[in-house]
Amino acid sequence: MKVSELVEKLDLKVYSGQKGLDREITGGYVSDLLSDVMGNAQEGQLWITLQVHQNVIAIASLKDMAAVILVNNLEPQENTISHSNDENVPVLGTSLPTFEIAGKLFQILNS
Amino acid sequence: MKLTFTIQGGDFTHAGHPSSEVKKILKQLAIDGKTIKNIVIALYEAEVNVVAHAWKGTVNVEIDENKITIWVIDEGPGIPDVELAMQPGFSTASSKVREMGFGAGMGLPNIKKNTDKLQIETEVGKGTKVKMVNYFS
Repeated sequence: MKVSELVEKLDLKVYSGQKGLDREITGGYVSDLLSDVMGNAQEGQLWITLQVHQNVIAIASLKDMAAVILVNNLEPQENTISHSNDENVPVLGTSLPTFEIAGKLFQILNS
Repeated sequence: MKLTFTIQGGDFTHAGHPSSEVKKILKQLAIDGKTIKNIVIALYEAEVNVVAHAWKGTVNVEIDENKITIWVIDEGPGIPDVELAMQPGFSTASSKVREMGFGAGMGLPNIKKNTDKLQIETEVGKGTKVKMVNYFS
């Protein structure tokens, strides 16, 4: 599934990195510890987190992740937005808490 | 091929720049994906260690036909007990660094796991020199 399709299905907000919306999603990873994501996340996964600073983009880009979803209506910092546009890593947002958005994503990807 | 980058302590804005450049070059050299992933993880963690703990540092990269050698050398507080620092979960990071999601005590274990050879020389009050080698398969 493409990031853009998921945006529609889950009614996600697109903050930045629009050029990356046609990336293919292979799975998801939930973590707010950056070294955990660095060490364990896989290429093509969608990263669900509450971290909003630009190092999230550095990691998502280095790991070739599909996109980042910020939970609980959290908004990305300004330099997160510019970095995400440079690297074409979409930063998405949801009003849902982590557990709920992860559950929905899991259901969609496994149906 | 040789490359050099500088890192400023406390500058999280540019953390990941050397990793990103090295990743691009290794892709151009058609190194296999798994090896590139390992190198990128190890280098990024080493960079963040310098940003989070040291005053300033240098990354020296040497790419040969069959391997990549990376030295991350910093002027910083050094590591009093390397064996302890290698333990997953052990961290001396500040609360500010932890709030950002770093400092979970996973950096050095991640480096160890993703390199073929790892050598750490450190002197308390002076700095740390990390040498990492990855062989191309």
